[in-house]
Amino acid sequence: MLRYIIRRLLWGVLLLILVSALTFVLFRILPTGDPARLRAGRSSSPRVIAALRVDLGLNRSLPEQFWLYMKGIFLHFNLGYSYYSDAPVRGLLADRLAATLSLTAGAAVIWLLSGLAVGIISAVRRRSKLDRGAMGTALLLISAPEYWLGLIALYLFAADIGQLRVFPGAGSYVGLTSDPWKWLTSLIMPWLVLAATNAAIYARLVRGSLIEVMGEDYIRTARAKGLSERRVVLRHGLRSAVNPVMTILGLDIGVLLGGAVLVETVFDIPGIGRLNYDAITHSDFPIVQGTVLIAALFIIVANILVDIAYAYLDPRVRFS
Amino acid sequence: MSAVAEPLLRVEELRVQFPTEDGIVHAVDGISYQLGQRGTLGIVGESGSGKTVSSLTTMGLTRAQGARISGRILFEGRDLLALPEHEMRAIRGNDIAMIFQDPLSSLHPFYKVGSQLAEAVRAHQQSSKAQARARAVELLGLVGIPDPARRAQEYPHEFSGGMRQRAMIAMALANEPKLLIADEPTTALDVTVQAQILALLERLQHELGMAILIITHDLGVVAEIADEIAVMYAGRIVETASTRLIFSQPQHPYTWGLLRSIPRLTGPREAELAPIPGTPPSLINRPSGCHFHPRCAYAQPDHARMDPALEPVPGEPGHHVACLLTAEERRRLWAELRAGRTPAQARQAQPSAEAPRPQPSGEPQQ
Repeated sequence: MLRYIIRRLLWGVLLLILVSALTFVLFRILPTGDPARLRAGRSSSPRVIAALRVDLGLNRSLPEQFWLYMKGIFLHFNLGYSYYSDAPVRGLLADRLAATLSLTAGAAVIWLLSGLAVGIISAVRRRSKLDRGAMGTALLLISAPEYWLGLIALYLFAADIGQLRVFPGAGSYVGLTSDPWKWLTSLIMPWLVLAATNAAIYARLVRGSLIEVMGEDYIRTARAKGLSERRVVLRHGLRSAVNPVMTILGLDIGVLLGGAVLVETVFDIPGIGRLNYDAITHSDFPIVQGTVLIAALFIIVANILVDIAYAYLDPRVRFS
Repeated sequence: MSAVAEPLLRVEELRVQFPTEDGIVHAVDGISYQLGQRGTLGIVGESGSGKTVSSLTTMGLTRAQGARISGRILFEGRDLLALPEHEMRAIRGNDIAMIFQDPLSSLHPFYKVGSQLAEAVRAHQQSSKAQARARAVELLGLVGIPDPARRAQEYPHEFSGGMRQRAMIAMALANEPKLLIADEPTTALDVTVQAQILALLERLQHELGMAILIITHDLGVVAEIADEIAVMYAGRIVETASTRLIFSQPQHPYTWGLLRSIPRLTGPREAELAPIPGTPPSLINRPSGCHFHPRCAYAQPDHARMDPALEPVPGEPGHHVACLLTAEERRRLWAELRAGRTPAQARQAQPSAEAPRPQPSGEPQQ
């Protein structure tokens, strides 16, 4: 087990280097503005720009630049500095992580609980009106883009521009430590919007998975023991049906920790997704590189955690 | 309470139908049988003959599947079909327990064997978790699993096939049932293990004094363990008698077919097994008349119109058969078959008066 995890971690590191290299190359190939020129401002002399280019290390060859970048990461955990503000990327990411973490964790709890509840009820009351209504709604939510849902939510409920002024609107996010109540209320709409699509996907997944499991022989055995139907469903059925759910939950959380770009943008939440978006529009390459790297890191770690969790969930899985 | 002679289980005119998109599946079509305390009844038939559905219905496990059920299932005088679900649940796994064909898929893959047994104990008994766990270990020992305390901590996939079926039996015995329904308990197992499981069931029956309803397609299995046998075909019982009579004086051509398809060590080596021609009928569009007539080597043209009832065999108490042939004709045919003749030879050996033969669809193998 330990050897397996170490092997997976080593592969993960290799993958991160590859992702970095790919981002590095892509950013240079794609037509973006010259970072030195952007940094220098509109009315700058070529001399200033040339000096900046040397400053930012842009005069070196591509492999050399990549080598220096990697060296910085591995030796000093240094992700470079923003072309714009000179702020260290590591610090920027650390500042933004709390918001992304708050957004993802809250949304995940909401979508997991609601997805499970709706999925179980739909599976148990299969083909009932309740089931059909729930699955129809789920289809609608899956089809609705989250930026659209976000704008609708703001239009209806935002305290500043909404029709019914219920929740704080865009840009109202504050850190948990500075004002817990404001933190909570400002995140309610983003949580619900971010959770909506996933809740619908999870409800359908749980329903399908549970219906399949309820046809298994060991469910018949559980019933033959004289257990209550509630216990048969929750302890015997759900126990098997949650495995695929846990797998995609890990991956979904991993992806979102890399930044929920759309929701963070619509609600103006200073998270990693928002940071990435801004950096791309400004051709601020070190930040883009940093956010991509951290997103990849989260996905890789989530993958490993899912595999480890699988061994716990399914005793038949053993690592070799 | 009232009648002393009341059997443990009495099934009367049980009918189970499943409405489907293709039509109504007549899974069980008016069967009646009874089983006394400590008795063993074998229900024999091919897959799709309704034997499993009838036993699942006895457990109350077909209710949720939208089945239409009629008739009566009297267990200790109480009609199980009339019981509300919560009362049925108190009987299920407690007074009546069941084991299934494939022990691997019948055990939950994610729970330890011991905890699955303990759960069965606690479903019907007020006992602490520790007591239930101790009882689980005791049960595993009872069914002959070595080192039961350690095995209780293992998962089903760590057990061998025979050990899994022993664990299933242990689970069924958790509450000392009066009736154990064993649905193809040996089919998924190796031959040597089959014999062990049957021997185990017999020993437990003696020790615990329970009745066993054993369901199988294998006459060899019931020969070892059952007192009485009911042969099912297309949802009906076509012949029922003591095990001795079924093997010595079988009356139904379908039973003959089952008997003739058992391999024997005593016969000549060249003797080929005689399979029953054709396949079991669809339970949605069943053959007219006698449901067996399309596969019967001795069917008369009018057998496609007349529906035989289960009637007593003259001179053989307790023996019933649903066949349109006359009793003399059946005795003669079985004597010919037993002498090693093929159905075609048996038919022609002494053609009966009103037999203009043969039924094309019922032509047996060459």
